Amino acid sequence: MKERSRFTHRVSAPIRGFGQRFVFLALVVAAFALMLVGKADVTMMERFRAQVTDAVAPILDVMSRPVATANEVIAEVRVLGVIAEENRNLRLDKERLLHWQVVARKLEAENKALRAQLKYIPAPEASYVTARVIADTGGSFAHSLLLNIGVQPGINKGQAVVTGDGLVGRIAGVGDRSTRVLLITDLNSRIPVLIEATRTRAILAGNNTNRLRLIHLPPGATVSPGDRVVTSGHGGAFPVGLPVGLVDGVSDAGISVQPFVTRDRLEYVRVLDYGLKGIIDDPKSSDKSAEGGKGKP
Amino acid sequence: MKPVFWSRLDLAARRFTPFGLTVLLVLLNTLPLKVPGLTQVMPLLPLMSIYLWAVHQPDLMPLYAVFLVGILQDTLSGVPLGVYGLTNLIVYATILWQRRFLAGKPFAVIWVGFTVVAAGAVIIGWILISSLNTTLIEPGAMAFQYLISLGVFPLLAWLFMRWQRAFLDHV
Repeated sequence: MKERSRFTHRVSAPIRGFGQRFVFLALVVAAFALMLVGKADVTMMERFRAQVTDAVAPILDVMSRPVATANEVIAEVRVLGVIAEENRNLRLDKERLLHWQVVARKLEAENKALRAQLKYIPAPEASYVTARVIADTGGSFAHSLLLNIGVQPGINKGQAVVTGDGLVGRIAGVGDRSTRVLLITDLNSRIPVLIEATRTRAILAGNNTNRLRLIHLPPGATVSPGDRVVTSGHGGAFPVGLPVGLVDGVSDAGISVQPFVTRDRLEYVRVLDYGLKGIIDDPKSSDKSAEGGKGKP
Repeated sequence: MKPVFWSRLDLAARRFTPFGLTVLLVLLNTLPLKVPGLTQVMPLLPLMSIYLWAVHQPDLMPLYAVFLVGILQDTLSGVPLGVYGLTNLIVYATILWQRRFLAGKPFAVIWVGFTVVAAGAVIIGWILISSLNTTLIEPGAMAFQYLISLGVFPLLAWLFMRWQRAFLDHV
């Protein structure tokens, strides 16, 4: 009996001890304080985040390489099984695309002629930086990626991140060795978009699921399943016309959009630089510009 | 002099392993595995680690280490800072408080304990993030994440048991 009570004392002592309790309470208060500070001073928190991710980026970079290789091997093996079928599909695709090529050439020529008549000034060409995904911060609470590039020309907060399929997200923070990308599916992602066919403006909102929601549509707008959704360029953060996804459900609960990019296939992504300043400036720099040029549009 | 130094270093390294292993699991949790749908329902490996160390050897996994692991999770995963920190602290304190029901018990009891503690952790995280973002998060992915974690738990527990027997029995 005595043995037992000593045992229970030994195991429960760590949390009963006054010092331990004090540490626990202090740390709980610290956690709440961090949450409040994170809400109040976004810039400082971002800097802190960037420093921590910079510190672990080399480790993540090394750790993600064997995973990438293993994934490639698995993909290769998987491809071998369906190679005949894929070949047939590709032949069909080729025929279809050749047809589209003819159409596109015709339209290009027509476009050129019309632009010449209208004295149209073409949009600036984008330059881009390619980066490797070193971490996909798992979990259902936040959807973001880490890239293996840091501060350099062409990498700024707010820029669009794309793959060949479409829009992945935007840059949420840049460190010395790492960059955080907020995926379009994240809860905090809001992107101005257009329904490609009807040019209806809307906002595409993420909600931490694989589907996106279309919100703030103008009254009377018609949207039907299968419509392509592209970026609208409003707000000046993204260029116009980056493909985002397809409308896949219209109901009373809302309009859901299936993104073109699947999160688990991302390995290399491109960060686009259209030289757009965007509305997502650092609070500091926008303060400065507000002081310096209040009359500016 | 020398043997003492080496044995001390050895002891320090062994004592450091619970924290080191947990940090490693945090990093593992963020690896871009290209398994469709897995990233969102990635098992909560760091939570399992904290749970197991708190049950078996809490003296090797002090409160501040648990907190630091949480802050690392917060910064890497992009959730508001402090969310995982607080969740981990609550999990850890709960286990220490109820430890006499868990320590030295058969594995099934420890597993059941984890199902309860993990449910609590997920719900606390959900409440914190929903209130910080002032919107309700879809609970679907979280529920899957929880279930997958329950399934993966025995594997990690077995690995940790081996580790403990091999390196930490005499610490």
